Amino acid sequence: MDTGYLAQQAINGVTLGAIYGLIAIGYTMVYGIIGMINFAHGEVYMIGSFLAILGFILSAIFGISSAPVAIVVVLIGAVGFTSLYGWAVERIAYRPLRQAPRLAPLISAIGMSIFLQNAVQMLQGARSKAIQPVLTGGVTLFTDNDFDVRLSLIQTVIILATFGIMAVFTILINKTNFGRHQRACEQDRTMASLLGINVDRTISLTFVAGAALAAVAGVMVTMYYGVVDFMVGFLAGLKAFTAAVLGGIGSLPGAVLGAMIIGLVESLWAGYVGSAYKDVAAFSVLILVLVFRPSGLLGRPEIEKV
Amino acid sequence: MKNSTQTAAKKLSLPHSLRLAVLATLVAVVLGIPMVALGTTDQNGSLILVQRWPWLLWLAIVIFVGRLFTAELAAHGVVDSLKTWLSSRHPNRPKFRDRNPAILWLRGKLPEPTVTLLLLAFLLPMMPFTDRYSIDLATTVLIYVMLGWGLNIVVGLAGLLDLGYVAFYAVGAYSYAIISQTLGLGFWETLPIAGLLAALFGILLGFPVLRLRGDYLAIVTLGFGEIIRIILLNWQSLTNGSRGIGGIARPEFFGLSMSQTAGGDSSTFVDWVNGNLTMIGQWFGGSEAGLEAYRLSYAPVHRITFLYFVILGLLFFTDFLVRRLRNLPIGRAWEALREDEIACRALGINPTMVKLSAFALGAGLGGLAGCFFAARQGFISPESFTFMESATVLAIVVLGGMGSQIGVVVAALFLVLVPELGRAFADYRMVGFGAAMVLIMVFRPEGFVGERKPSLILGLVGKAKSKAKTKGVQ
Repeated sequence: MDTGYLAQQAINGVTLGAIYGLIAIGYTMVYGIIGMINFAHGEVYMIGSFLAILGFILSAIFGISSAPVAIVVVLIGAVGFTSLYGWAVERIAYRPLRQAPRLAPLISAIGMSIFLQNAVQMLQGARSKAIQPVLTGGVTLFTDNDFDVRLSLIQTVIILATFGIMAVFTILINKTNFGRHQRACEQDRTMASLLGINVDRTISLTFVAGAALAAVAGVMVTMYYGVVDFMVGFLAGLKAFTAAVLGGIGSLPGAVLGAMIIGLVESLWAGYVGSAYKDVAAFSVLILVLVFRPSGLLGRPEIEKV
Repeated sequence: MKNSTQTAAKKLSLPHSLRLAVLATLVAVVLGIPMVALGTTDQNGSLILVQRWPWLLWLAIVIFVGRLFTAELAAHGVVDSLKTWLSSRHPNRPKFRDRNPAILWLRGKLPEPTVTLLLLAFLLPMMPFTDRYSIDLATTVLIYVMLGWGLNIVVGLAGLLDLGYVAFYAVGAYSYAIISQTLGLGFWETLPIAGLLAALFGILLGFPVLRLRGDYLAIVTLGFGEIIRIILLNWQSLTNGSRGIGGIARPEFFGLSMSQTAGGDSSTFVDWVNGNLTMIGQWFGGSEAGLEAYRLSYAPVHRITFLYFVILGLLFFTDFLVRRLRNLPIGRAWEALREDEIACRALGINPTMVKLSAFALGAGLGGLAGCFFAARQGFISPESFTFMESATVLAIVVLGGMGSQIGVVVAALFLVLVPELGRAFADYRMVGFGAAMVLIMVFRPEGFVGERKPSLILGLVGKAKSKAKTKGVQ
């Protein structure tokens, strides 16, 4: 096979992986802190994408002609509103269920996901929405047997933004007060509360942080593909959660690594085998990894105490 | 004294409630600006902005009044007492069914509650008010009861979270569709094959993944459900892809066709009934003309009623099977494993085999339900086997109360009938459905018939212990 084709698919895969990674962090953090699969997270990401569409249309109406300014404005707006959505979801559907049996928050999350999906369909319409590309252009990296390997501007932006945000996020988790509280609650919620940490507030902030990253992913996807509908949340959420599990749930670098693997597997499979079974390939990788390494790639094996 | 504190609380509660209401309204308005007040619509190929500020105003009013009302109710203790009343974990009062004299009297006289319900369901088609639509709807409810009971073994009894249950349902449905069309086998021959095939899929999936801890298992089964759906979509030569398989043979009644005309050398049910009617009538000395009034003529409702009885029969079988299994060592091992895996290992139970048996049995029952579904619809496509189905069945198990057979029936009735009755509000009903799921979980997290007691308790020792435990809690 040509190196050129391989390189192109790898670039596409890394871009996809970066987007999955942003969503996966939300899953992995929430799972780490309250041990539940936040099924509504995919929907929060979907809302972020809709906000991005709305934001770009509004910025055109207000006459913001420069693309970078528009992107920054839309990003800030989408992150702000989506964070509030993440907070509200936690407040309404999960906080009352802190002490409930394990499956209750899961069902309430599925209910929330159905609610958000259908509310968006009702309010924004069932048809998919498309916008003009915001960023065009790119560079041809090299040419191999008449095959141009291109890295488009938008791909560069996505990859750079993702890694930039992840760096900021790592600092946030490792150095700040919020990060310390977050990690303490992950380890032992009761002990953390005894030491004066506001556990409810920390959990809320975790949801807000996850939603903010999902909003960034939503804006990026909207710029990349330019098409959004109310159904996008489910599959993207499923893939991102798969990535989080693959990397070892609860681990932030693991989520990003898993997302990169899922993104690469998907785009290479689509490029060489055909796009029909690319999702099957992604899930098969997950099953294989879990069979041989049940705690994921970077996850710590759980020690059960009696 | 008590009175004065109460009035004080009442005086103080209003400003507090107002503050809560204003806060909630603020949040709702901010959330609503981009989603409710603003929207986009397609015009001549490009998106334009639409503005709907009055909608936002209505939303704000509804939220403000609603939050004020609920906050006031909460301040006066109504919400708490409602929660206690709804909750089954109610320390001081015996359960409704233990103090209602009618239920106490009936308890000894009637068979198991599930059997009683199924016997009542048997009478449904004979009621004067039932029509074709209601029998059809009842059949749908019963399919979900069957799926719920199957998944209940996996989730409720064995405590394994399976989010891809629909995969086994799909395997059963496609087994029947493909086998009946290629090998020409009938419904009753294929039914056990479909069940076994689905159970085999359950074992194939379960064998590698059942060592995983709960939530990993959940995501793997979710992935497996998607894999099956994608294969069904893309394996054109076998499954006909997204166009689905149509013209699936209907079940026969002991070799008698339930349709208007019979194919081949078999005869139709109506002809058979009429033939016997004539024979018996003449035996009693009736004339051909006099019997004419009693003749059956073909009606589609016969087939629908027949299908209803088929699924009801399957349910009798499932209920019997599950209730018996719960009392067998294997059933007790499932429940023990749900409660404490480490203790089970220490007692010499092989967790993998026990889990695998639950998984395979649940999958097999799902396969039977799928086989019936294909025979009933006559047309299946991957559309019917999405994650939403898995979520609905799981919701039935959890809303009903994990491990409770009767709870599954209640929840299936609720989850099928509510969207169905809401068909008039087509656009809003799924929104309401999602919101209802959240609310039910918030107010009653243990489900409608929530109890997590073992199926068998060791004589008086168990009773004494559980009493001591409840006292300790109080």
